[in-house]
Amino acid sequence: MVKRFITLYLTDIPNVIPNYLILQALREPEALISLSLPDWDLLIRQARRANLLARICILLDERGLLEQVPPKPREHLEWSRVISERHVQAVHWEITLIRKALAKVGVPVILLKGAAYVMAKLPPAKGRLFSDIDIIVPKDSLNAVEAALMLHGWAATHHDAYDQRYYRTWMHELPPMQHIKRMTVIDVHHAILPETAALHPDSAKLLAAAQPLDGYDDLKVFAPADMVLHSAVHLFHNDQLDQGLRDLVDIDSLLRHFSKLPAFWPNLAVRAQELELTRPLFYALRYAVHLLNTPIPSGMMEAAKSGRPNPLTLIFTDQLFERALMPVHKSCSDWLTGAARQLLYVRATWLRMPPLLLVRHLFHKAFISPKPE
Amino acid sequence: MNVSALTPSELKLRLKKTGIYLQTGSFITHLKTTIPSVAKGIGLLYADYPLVEQDGFADFHISLVHPRNLRRWFKPQVLFLFDGNTIFKPLPLDQAFPMLEWGLNWCVSNHVNHCLMIHAAVVEKGGYAAIMPAPPGSGKSTLCAALVNRGWRLLSDELALVRVVDGKLIPLPRPVSLKNESIEIIRRYEQNAIFSRKVADTIKGTVAHMKAPADSIARATEVAQVAWVIFPKYQAGATTCLETLPQSRAFMRVADNSFNYSLLGLNGFKTMASLIDASLCYDFTYSKLDDAIEIFGALKPQPSSK
Repeated sequence: MVKRFITLYLTDIPNVIPNYLILQALREPEALISLSLPDWDLLIRQARRANLLARICILLDERGLLEQVPPKPREHLEWSRVISERHVQAVHWEITLIRKALAKVGVPVILLKGAAYVMAKLPPAKGRLFSDIDIIVPKDSLNAVEAALMLHGWAATHHDAYDQRYYRTWMHELPPMQHIKRMTVIDVHHAILPETAALHPDSAKLLAAAQPLDGYDDLKVFAPADMVLHSAVHLFHNDQLDQGLRDLVDIDSLLRHFSKLPAFWPNLAVRAQELELTRPLFYALRYAVHLLNTPIPSGMMEAAKSGRPNPLTLIFTDQLFERALMPVHKSCSDWLTGAARQLLYVRATWLRMPPLLLVRHLFHKAFISPKPE
Repeated sequence: MNVSALTPSELKLRLKKTGIYLQTGSFITHLKTTIPSVAKGIGLLYADYPLVEQDGFADFHISLVHPRNLRRWFKPQVLFLFDGNTIFKPLPLDQAFPMLEWGLNWCVSNHVNHCLMIHAAVVEKGGYAAIMPAPPGSGKSTLCAALVNRGWRLLSDELALVRVVDGKLIPLPRPVSLKNESIEIIRRYEQNAIFSRKVADTIKGTVAHMKAPADSIARATEVAQVAWVIFPKYQAGATTCLETLPQSRAFMRVADNSFNYSLLGLNGFKTMASLIDASLCYDFTYSKLDDAIEIFGALKPQPSSK
């Protein structure tokens, strides 16, 4: 009995998550219409920090509730929507130019994350803001892709020899490339995790399952299950979690959308095994449920337990993620938030490279690399 | 209740403890600061601005604080925080009040998108407004300060806000920023103008801010119709010259001075097009303020504009 209670306590009862306004807004936008002005004030600040203001605007608009928001906060929501509409337009234009640049390389370009959501017209694109475009190509065509982009005005951003080596030898992407005129950034990947990471999701499997994008013969996106897994691995292996809640919203939105597909959930479980991504999937589902009430079939939650860490680790990671996934705002922080972010930074770096390489990398970054001004 | 209802020590205390909810134009800023020069500047230049008491909603939450490191004591600095986050690099403590002004401009120009925003001074008389877009150093603020001391209403010295829905100009009357020689020129031009303390060695040189006329502040909710787009240029010794500018040329030059023309996309283009359509556009070279005032006094709107 006691043992059973302890097991339950350790693994299945969610921690008490503070009922932050931003979470309430994302879970149940309908309830926002009864919000007081001081609450709106706080919600807008939290949402702005999390880059989710435009998303909330669209959630309300889709439900026909925007008109019921008091004028002042509504203005802020609409201001942010203007920005996100412009971002989406810019993504379309940028992809047109990327296609042109890569037309002669002859490999299909697979769009990742935000760019994929926009072009595949998936719900996480709604109200999303973008900082760069991510694509993935077969590793053996990296040189050709890089050369073609350079011919069309994209230039490498990291000129330091060590940084070049860091990216080219150890990472899963080229150093980010920036267009010299438009200043837009493209990240060219050949895998979804660094070469040096302990997990090795097989890029060949991901590329083989990618699906052509409606209306384009040179663009593809990951298959639904792979898209969720990539989003999960991106979030739970990331050293910067200041956009964490936005990334979790992406996952929540993808899951709600794809759950209409037949066999999506069983596929997701199988695919996570095949790609060695059961751990990030476990975390993604766990925190999507805890924080955003994502509806997930009980069978899936059972299947995902194969990726569950041991109970003590889980207590610890819950404490960390439930803090670090919140917006970087004083109203969503407690005295441990700073430490949680630091620890997750160390965790992400730890997951990225083996210990000796990590020590060498940190040593180089601390004492040898030139300091930014 | 206006800021002037508080005594200097009450204002200072309130800025330090709860902060004030200051209404400038259509925006409410929640402002906190522990820095005496900022409190003093607000008491002086914002005396006639309303304090919002109840709502609990602010468009922008800002504070000016001392850094929590050695620079609090050694070569002291000031930080501008937007909702708790640093936006700009710290500045020398002496520049705290100008930093507040620059920060308030940043708040508006980085968030507001129901208006086409142009880096321009806007003044109005008899129901018609003149927009004066110009790069720094062209004498835009000097001319603006002179005009508002001679019967023109100040809408803004820095930001023309053209409402997308109807093309009307939304006032944002705040202190007029003057630089270098302009400070003394305007001080001599209008003995009664109220100035903040001069601050030397800023990125823009020596700066001081002139209080907006009380009437302009009182009429801060009254929108205006644009009639003229005028590109001012101060040129020492030049004869005053108002030269008609083709609308196409004016369009591109206003767009160059806009903060969010391309962000607004099609709406930006439409708003800009109706703005230029409704305006007579001029290049204006001047060296004497009195002559400039006379030329502005003789401006006539397009026959069709209303």
